[in-house]
Amino acid sequence: MEPVHKTQGTENRVQQGAELTEQSGWTKVPSALQPGRYFMQGDEACAEGAIVAGCNYYAGYPITPASEIMEHICQRFLQLPGRVFIQMEDEIGSIASVIGASWAGARAMTATSGPGLSLMLENIGYAIITETPCVIVDVQRAGPSTGQATRPAQGDVMQARWGAHGDYEIIVISPWSVQETYAETIRAFNLADRFRVPVILLMDEGVGHLRENMTVSAETSIYRRLKDPMQPPFGEAEVPPMPAFGEGARLLVTGSTHDAWGYRRTSSPQAQEQLVERLVGKIANHRDEIERTHAHFYDEERLDILLVAYGFTARSALGAVRLACAAKVKAGLLRLTTLWPFPDEVVKQAGARARLVMVPEMNRGQVLREVQRVTPQAMGYHRTDGEVITSLEIWAAMQKELAL
Amino acid sequence: MPKITVNTDWCKGCHICVEVCPRHVLEVDKDVFRHGFHPVLVARPEDCTVCRQCELLCPDLAIIVEETEG
Amino acid sequence: MNRGTTASILKYVRSRAFPTPFCPGCGHGILMGAILRAIDQLELDFSRVLFVSGIGCAGWIPSPHYNTDTLHVTHGRPVAFATGAKLFNPELTVVVIGGDGDIASIGGNHLIHAARRNINLTVICANNLIYGMTGGQVTPTTPQGARTTTTPAGNPERPFDLARLVAAAGATYVARYSVWHVRPLIASIKKALQHTGFSFIEVLSTCPTQYGRRNENPTPAGMLRALKQDCVTLERAQELSPEELVGKTIIGEFVR
Repeated sequence: MEPVHKTQGTENRVQQGAELTEQSGWTKVPSALQPGRYFMQGDEACAEGAIVAGCNYYAGYPITPASEIMEHICQRFLQLPGRVFIQMEDEIGSIASVIGASWAGARAMTATSGPGLSLMLENIGYAIITETPCVIVDVQRAGPSTGQATRPAQGDVMQARWGAHGDYEIIVISPWSVQETYAETIRAFNLADRFRVPVILLMDEGVGHLRENMTVSAETSIYRRLKDPMQPPFGEAEVPPMPAFGEGARLLVTGSTHDAWGYRRTSSPQAQEQLVERLVGKIANHRDEIERTHAHFYDEERLDILLVAYGFTARSALGAVRLACAAKVKAGLLRLTTLWPFPDEVVKQAGARARLVMVPEMNRGQVLREVQRVTPQAMGYHRTDGEVITSLEIWAAMQKELAL
Repeated sequence: MPKITVNTDWCKGCHICVEVCPRHVLEVDKDVFRHGFHPVLVARPEDCTVCRQCELLCPDLAIIVEETEG
Repeated sequence: MNRGTTASILKYVRSRAFPTPFCPGCGHGILMGAILRAIDQLELDFSRVLFVSGIGCAGWIPSPHYNTDTLHVTHGRPVAFATGAKLFNPELTVVVIGGDGDIASIGGNHLIHAARRNINLTVICANNLIYGMTGGQVTPTTPQGARTTTTPAGNPERPFDLARLVAAAGATYVARYSVWHVRPLIASIKKALQHTGFSFIEVLSTCPTQYGRRNENPTPAGMLRALKQDCVTLERAQELSPEELVGKTIIGEFVR
């Protein structure tokens, strides 16, 4: 099907009458983007998804391979009234201003890569303890440190989960296609508001710089944070309602341990325990709303080999499964879209059906470790040379393990 | 005569007010020692000109000067 | 009730947070009052004022004492957080309060960029020449030769002249006063709050516990006396010779 809207020129994209919604909870709104088929780059699809999700504050800093997200949003915000863009002096300033804007009522986002995420971690921890909804996109590249700026990798999985100090839960999503990047960026905003938590969209350079067809539907479901000035903004409810500055709520927002109304409680073991319990519980107790996995080629009850993959590598994994099936091998792919909270149960049950479990990824085994916790026999296939993993090499590795 | 009130719950006995008062209205109460400091004594309120140096320079908002009739 | 008096400003505070956690005689307490006095005299709608503060004793000036929206953030970053809030909701009056370490050491980059952008914020730097809360370490404003826990033989480094630094970065209202000079300080805060553009006030404050005690001036009143003696207005400074200005700090409005 021919794409209706091409990437050159964005003027014809805005759907008339699509306004940002203020209503709390779930609403369906007309999509801010004209519905139809598009041919887009992953980074661009992320930007468009953010716009459709109602992102109205963006602050960022240039970094390969995520700069296109910032540039695209900058261009598009020019056509959209009421949306604020700023390029900040560094990544720390970017995430700080995103959090400040979120508390002023914005649906706020920033995008970066591995080194930038490292800089942002302290303030991500701040967003966690203050329960500030925001979306942080990390388009992963080869590291550590400056590494290979233009080359793909998936080495930030653990950093995204555990990088900020202390104990907490966080939501991390890894899309495998341009279409999924668009849809999951919208879901990231909804999850952020629903759980009052920063959500990391863990892309990789492979998907970020890929161009593919995608479809935009006429309506989008948006979840907007709840408001109730009578309820304390930091306690009692599992996910408390969240006023904005200037509404007369006299908010006491602090990164110190605090009670339900925000008063510092830096000497109270009960306050610390209660706060951490709730921050962890509000995510851990609602995995059903957050987890997202996809099963490909699962018809057989017993599989010879199961691949567990995510991001760009999942595309190659699917190709390898197709090659295997053509060779009459019972192969399947469990594709993870939500990486954290890690879908232990789904992986365990899937792994139990397979003789062998293999986790191909562009790192040294970051998701493999998680899979092995529930499926100890799982093995990895790793590539950390800044190249994507191909279907052929996964199929070759599968054959080797299956002794074919 | 002005009325000078010291909030003894908020005062920490830093004695800035005693030292900055241009009229020496306030004194350190050497006979009392409570919560680890000597509190402030309003010794000569009749000499107060309501300049409010004590109010402005009190770090704890612990001293209030009121103008009264007469 | 006279605006700006202590009786009048009590309506702005969260009483349950008093007595404050500041040391006896802490200059930041004087500044805490001065800011409220300025707001009271301007008759601002307090519920539309947002205070963003950093880590350190100065960060605790508005949080939790001021009974309005307060945002207590990570060390060095209040200017950046404030930028986001102000850009998204320009109706808010946004005031940043932080210490010399928070605003000018770890936060230095955010400070100069916000000044360059001339973002409509008011930044009040409570400069007590020391990292007080963490026990008395040197900061970029500690005078050369001063003793701190990390410069026990005397500070070998030169300090910033913060007011001039921020003026050079592009701020459109810049002043320096001290907590001793509380009346012109209040007048300056009023100007800064009404100024459209980036306003910066360096407020020389006193830390008897960590700075004064180590530098031969351990009493609160003694430190205020030193501020009175060592500060010289811009106008007066023009009449003095370079020798007479040694050891003096110039106060006044540098950019307006």
